[in-house]
Amino acid sequence: MATLSPFLSKTPLSNTPTISFSSSISTPLKWKSITSFSPSGSSSSRSRRRIFIVQSKIREIFMPALSSTMTEGKIVSWIKSEGDVLSKGESVVVVESDKADMDVETFYDGILAAIVVPEGESAPVGAAIGILAETEAEVAQAKAKAASAGAAAPASHPVTSTPVPAVSPPEPKKVAESAPSGPRKTVATPYAKKLLKQHKVDINSVVGTGPFGRITPEDVEKAAGIAPSKSVAPSAAPAALPKPAPAAAPAAPLLPGSTVVPFTTMQAAVSKNMIESLSVPTFRVGYPIITDALDALYEKVKPKGVTMTALLAKAAAMALVQHPVVNASCKDGKSFTYNANINIAVAVAINGGLITPVLQDADKLDLYLLSQKWKELVEKARSKQLQPHEYNSGTFTLSNLGMFGVDRFDAILPPGQGAIMAVGASKPTVVADADGFFGVKSKMLVNVTADHRIIYGADLAAFLQTFSKIVENPESLTL
Amino acid sequence: MHCSAAFSQAATSATAVPTISGSRHVGALHSSSSSSSCTLLIPSKPINLRFCGLRREAFGFSPSAFTRCSNSQRVRLPSRRRFKGSNVSASLGDNGIPKSFDYDLIIIGAGVGGHGAALHAVEKGLKTAIIEGDVVGGTCVNRGCVPSKALLAVSGRMRELQSEHHMKALGLQVHAAGYDRQGVADHANNLATKIRNNLTNSMKALGVDILTGVGTILGPQKVKFGTDNIVTAKDIIIATGSVPFVPKGIEVDGKTVITSDHALKLEFVPDWIAIVGSGYIGLEFSDVYTALGSEVTFIEALDQLMPGFDPEIGKLAQRVLINPRKIDYHTGVFATKITPAKDGKPVTIELIDAKTKEPKDTLEVDAALIATGRAPFTNGLGLENINVVTQRGFVPVDERMRVIDANGNLVPHLYCIGDANGKMMLAHAASAQGISVVEQVTGRDHVLNHLSIPAACFTHPEISMVGLTEPQAREKAEKEGFEVSVVKTSFKANTKALAENEGEGLAKLIYRPDNGEILGVHIFGLHAADLIHEASNAIALGTRIQDIKFAVHAHPTLSEVLDELFKAAKVNF
Repeated sequence: MATLSPFLSKTPLSNTPTISFSSSISTPLKWKSITSFSPSGSSSSRSRRRIFIVQSKIREIFMPALSSTMTEGKIVSWIKSEGDVLSKGESVVVVESDKADMDVETFYDGILAAIVVPEGESAPVGAAIGILAETEAEVAQAKAKAASAGAAAPASHPVTSTPVPAVSPPEPKKVAESAPSGPRKTVATPYAKKLLKQHKVDINSVVGTGPFGRITPEDVEKAAGIAPSKSVAPSAAPAALPKPAPAAAPAAPLLPGSTVVPFTTMQAAVSKNMIESLSVPTFRVGYPIITDALDALYEKVKPKGVTMTALLAKAAAMALVQHPVVNASCKDGKSFTYNANINIAVAVAINGGLITPVLQDADKLDLYLLSQKWKELVEKARSKQLQPHEYNSGTFTLSNLGMFGVDRFDAILPPGQGAIMAVGASKPTVVADADGFFGVKSKMLVNVTADHRIIYGADLAAFLQTFSKIVENPESLTL
Repeated sequence: MHCSAAFSQAATSATAVPTISGSRHVGALHSSSSSSSCTLLIPSKPINLRFCGLRREAFGFSPSAFTRCSNSQRVRLPSRRRFKGSNVSASLGDNGIPKSFDYDLIIIGAGVGGHGAALHAVEKGLKTAIIEGDVVGGTCVNRGCVPSKALLAVSGRMRELQSEHHMKALGLQVHAAGYDRQGVADHANNLATKIRNNLTNSMKALGVDILTGVGTILGPQKVKFGTDNIVTAKDIIIATGSVPFVPKGIEVDGKTVITSDHALKLEFVPDWIAIVGSGYIGLEFSDVYTALGSEVTFIEALDQLMPGFDPEIGKLAQRVLINPRKIDYHTGVFATKITPAKDGKPVTIELIDAKTKEPKDTLEVDAALIATGRAPFTNGLGLENINVVTQRGFVPVDERMRVIDANGNLVPHLYCIGDANGKMMLAHAASAQGISVVEQVTGRDHVLNHLSIPAACFTHPEISMVGLTEPQAREKAEKEGFEVSVVKTSFKANTKALAENEGEGLAKLIYRPDNGEILGVHIFGLHAADLIHEASNAIALGTRIQDIKFAVHAHPTLSEVLDELFKAAKVNF
């Protein structure tokens, strides 16, 4: 019944000069008839405050547009009453817009023959709110015109007013009363009600899809034929978060309480790349690597600012030198593109996004320079100051989730590259050596995803073998 | 329906027992007759001269400054001698025998009011204890002004970031502002904790004893706290504050039907919430909820929203804070029955017409916030032991906050400040009342001018006011036969406001053109809550427009809005 209450409460509200948008929910019905009556309303409103149109000697007073954003105004008070003689420039009516109250003055001499919109009621910009007659003789004619137009306000004219369907409250009231007795009453949210009014949509024509069958702003926009894209911004962006409590609705397209958060630019870029990656035929090869030696080296060089990332990138780069095809890419599906440089991109999670700063010429730089470079890149990435060449020039990507304890995973090949290496955690594992002796060694699983158009299984296997040798005998990394 | 009360200080409830030091026995000579108009003390405590010297004028209102209690006799002790050395003083009991007390002053309730009183009491050299049955900080710090400001800080930013128009006008591009509910809730909670600790530490550092437990008055100058600890004090201040008022018929479950206590925890953000009451509390929460994506329905018993505000300000505020937002409202209706959501049904609210009492409507919403005002918390205070009967729960007091008993007599040495007396339910009013009481018990008569106390509503933009509204001023003028003038200025004329692209706003000055007295100032606009103090101070100090108009304001600042008002006012001098 919430929806229909405005109709019920309309009578008391219209008596008071307080502003009330709810009272004017009934206006869609009303204004249809009025605007049809005054086809030239739009042209006349161009003159903003002076808003008369010459139509024989009976003129209509239109609701003026008092501000650029005003769509409708409310009559605060009629300064003149019916029958008053007006002279040009006199204030006739006080109109309240979305911004302020303003006196509206007449542009012509004449007699205020009829008040179409009484005090307290609202009318859209351009609608007739009163009728001005030039002479006494025309007053009756003007009144008749007001009445026949179907715009006569019920109370303000004793003489000519006939029960006008649009304005008279009984009709909507009837709906209001019958609705609750039916199986379902119509409930619309506050914003939905505003939109109903704004788009002049009849509430009965809208099917509510919200919780408990209520009409939501989206329902109204759909009914009004407005693209949903527009509605996403205001309604979904400030989304409500998980509701612990009861209000869970039985069924809805979007789970109640779920949150729609649009992608950031970075997330949108990731999404685009991921879809693109589907067009590349990839395959994966895994390889176990013993890391005790690497770990020992890491302990040694750590105080000098060397990070594990730098070590792995260096190792990968050195392996790539020997297997240039893994560092190649397939641009057009017809050829190999061998890259002159070995640029190792390393995936980094940053502020809910993912970025791949690139260690350029990782094979040429020594470990310490590489570490230092890496530190700079991460800092830049955090402060969003990476230059494009610092994140899109990679020829091979490294993705390490080992620090989370992930033992193996499978990476998606970024477009434009030939291969990506997914590095798992190094874990103590029982291994048997060539002589059949058991021992506990730290073992790490790496998994490379590659573009099979240019890199074949044997290429990747050979590359991984080289990589594992480098990692298992890491002294060369420091050279 | 009581709509416009704002948050104030503490409530007491139960537990624990600390030690009380009885080392410093203090007393004072006091006149034996309780009927004397004020407690006359021979000032025997070290008096803080700096305080008196600098701030004296702040409390001595010029005679023409209107006060609510204009017939009160202000007694100023003509001379004030300073005693150096010990803190020891003696008091004569009714039988003439010196009586010693555990404390000079005991304050029941460690909210903002109690805290303000305690700090001032220490400054004046009183041995002071404060009894708290719940948590230090009271309503304001824990369940009121403080956490709500944290939520409003978030809502203000959200609103700004979501306003495409506003951002574009500034040349900014923001993509999809979002928020994390728990993060917002944590911010509010952390702020409350921080302020509570600050308050506690400030009192501890000054040597105020914090006694934990519910305080009960056993008799004159005697208080019990916790289960069986009894302490005595020369003077006692009741500062037990208030709790949210829930009209009968409304079932609060703390989840879908909530009060401000629950709402401030922000445990969930409903899609659609009904707010019962459109005073300060309701208005602030509507600002928070709409910024976080909820739709709001106001239910107001009076015919207009925002009944406590100057009508002109209220009208503009409605245009900015209500109409363009996802808010609708029902005015002139009572919510007679509110049932929380359960068994897959939404919250239902039954409305009746406030005048005819006829059923009007039934609303179905996701949640309902009851913001119908606050009820004094005076249960278990032991008022019956001293023959005091509350009026609608409030402790009756005179203009000096002295408690009045059932026979209309003053209860000696007993004062009540803050929400518990209901004079002005604002945290800072409680504090000011507390300071006023301390002034009195240290031998300096003082009557607080409540018309100089500003109030603010922290919506975006903010609303603030001090003194009379225009209708109140006109009524008073008619009665007393003087003229009233009003000047207004728009924030649109202020450079700083325009630089911020926040030109929406109005400031209004109501004054007497015959003598330049400021009767009231009302501001709606950017940082209104901070701007009001120039006006409230002027009222408190009795500064006239013809003087303050020559004060210089930095350019460009929002303070020029007031400068504009003072300069626009026409004083016939």
